[in-house]
Amino acid sequence: MKTENQKAWFFVLPVLLLVAFNALIPMMTVVNYSVQETFGDNVFFWQGLDWFEQLLRSERFHASLGRQFLFTGIILLIQIPLGVVIALAMPRQGFWVPVCLVLMALPMLIPWNVVGAMWNIFTLPDIGLVGYFLNHTLGITYDMTQNPLAAWITIIVMDVWHWTSLVVLLAYAGLVSIPDAYYQAARIDGASNWSVFRFIQLPKMKQVLTIAILLRFMDSFNIYTEPFVLTGGGPGNSTTLLSIDLVKIALGQFDLGPAAAMSLIYFAITLLVSWLFYTLMTRNDAK
Amino acid sequence: MAKITLQNLRHSYSANPTSPSDYALKQIDVDWQDGGAYALLGPSGCGKSTLLNIISGLLIPSHGKILFNDRDVTTVPPDKRNIAQVFQFPVIYDTMTVYDNLAFPLRNRGVDEARVAKRVHEIAEMLEVTAMLKNRASGLSPDVKQKISMGRGLVRDDVNVVMFDEPLTMIDPHLKWKLRSKLKELHQRVRATMIYVTHDQTEALTFADQVVVMQDGEVVQIGTPVDLFERPQHTFVGHFIGSPGMNVLKCELREGVPLLGGHPVALEGPINSGFGKFEIGIRPEFVSLAPQGLPAVIRKVSDIGRHNVVEAMVGDQRIAAVIDGPVPGQGDAVHLAFNAAQTRLYRDGWIATSPAKAA
Repeated sequence: MKTENQKAWFFVLPVLLLVAFNALIPMMTVVNYSVQETFGDNVFFWQGLDWFEQLLRSERFHASLGRQFLFTGIILLIQIPLGVVIALAMPRQGFWVPVCLVLMALPMLIPWNVVGAMWNIFTLPDIGLVGYFLNHTLGITYDMTQNPLAAWITIIVMDVWHWTSLVVLLAYAGLVSIPDAYYQAARIDGASNWSVFRFIQLPKMKQVLTIAILLRFMDSFNIYTEPFVLTGGGPGNSTTLLSIDLVKIALGQFDLGPAAAMSLIYFAITLLVSWLFYTLMTRNDAK
Repeated sequence: MAKITLQNLRHSYSANPTSPSDYALKQIDVDWQDGGAYALLGPSGCGKSTLLNIISGLLIPSHGKILFNDRDVTTVPPDKRNIAQVFQFPVIYDTMTVYDNLAFPLRNRGVDEARVAKRVHEIAEMLEVTAMLKNRASGLSPDVKQKISMGRGLVRDDVNVVMFDEPLTMIDPHLKWKLRSKLKELHQRVRATMIYVTHDQTEALTFADQVVVMQDGEVVQIGTPVDLFERPQHTFVGHFIGSPGMNVLKCELREGVPLLGGHPVALEGPINSGFGKFEIGIRPEFVSLAPQGLPAVIRKVSDIGRHNVVEAMVGDQRIAAVIDGPVPGQGDAVHLAFNAAQTRLYRDGWIATSPAKAA
């Protein structure tokens, strides 16, 4: 006899409440704002999908979305291969393993606004170590408050410094899980180092790298604190990424309706790209 | 094809070995004849895999030499030795098709595609995997994967030796038997030297013409399955091979006659001179019930199908006997008789009797 009761719901309830309060309900307020106009005092006017339409046509939005994709693209192109290369170079056993692992984990333990402040001071032309060296020793004009290229280089190098470790640690975990027999068999089969990488290491790292790319995509696409502290989006709008632009609209201009619409589109893009990527990468495994 | 000679081989995994226990291999001198089917048998941790990795070149021994056809290859890397090895876990290049997997060792050596195609199809035919050549290797079952691993070893027609490191561990029991006979068949067709490492006596005895039994980093006996069964050179071999293993019984030697619980026991022949700890070794197959002889008490009777295994106590020593026909009940007092021609004396573990000269 199968007893039927609804007790199981009570076990799910706490999680449901938690998710409701930290995600669903705040999100619904955003949805609420995104279809209305308000001038404060809790007075709202119905706007329908006007904000969405306006935003999707707005050149400012296109520009920051473009910058966002550029930033995410560049850091993925650098961090993923670099992370794999570092993981391959790390020792597999012995005294240096824990040393390397701790060194790798250090950048990730630093609070994000501290990372921004560190790199800001680091690259100041007159007192920063790198800034001084570049400007005064090498004679290269490097000032990220004036030069957009310098600002871009700085935020990219900062993000590479901050987050490549994550890729390294994941790739390393993938590498150490490969049984020795694979390497031995490959040596006996006469495989070159490149073949070992191409046919053993890379395929065995595929799953962890999928996760690494996914995490790095989501984090870099939503990045806010470090570039905000470092450049504040400048010079001009040159490093105004999506999240920085969003905060400018929401809290700078207090355009809550357009900002809400932008949040939702932002969220949808992150979700869509992640979903597409994950589905494509895992499609072959299901067969 | 080559004859493989191991000379004075010793190996330690520690950098500064001091005591004999630091050595994974203590002293190995073995000749492997060209085209032979060998099994390397021993319990886990006895050094079989170490020995195998030394032959394949994955390990360089601390002392001694390896010769292939009298050429010293001790420090030659694995890919230059022309050997093949099949591991415990199937090693498959997941992203490749079965065809590409089999072709891989040939392509790495720059063999032209026409020849690759010919060899791959021959081997696929032998292994009965022709139908799946175009499939991705990752989706295959473990036994097929292991077949592909073997195929990669056999695809080169100039290999000196193919080594199998417990290749059937991961395979379902009903497929083990199939793969084992496939291996035997392959050996007859390709005539390459094969060394099969296992801790399973059935696998060793069915596959090999010659079995090398190892214990604690040493070879204790090399011989045909029949030799190992009938005249174990060491009590370890007697124990390890056979089910149940050989009875090894403490005895006293008085005036050249071994006494077991006070009763004299007849041996196969004269005892070699020397001192040490003496033991009588006799296989349960050669112990029978008799109207008179060694008095014993039945402790346990197990029916294992074709016959019964009777465990009897003589004093505080346990003797197993394989009995056909009617068996006594538990607790019965009986008499045991030993087949003298199959009863040996061991001194400190090593055989100490010679067979009687044919009269």
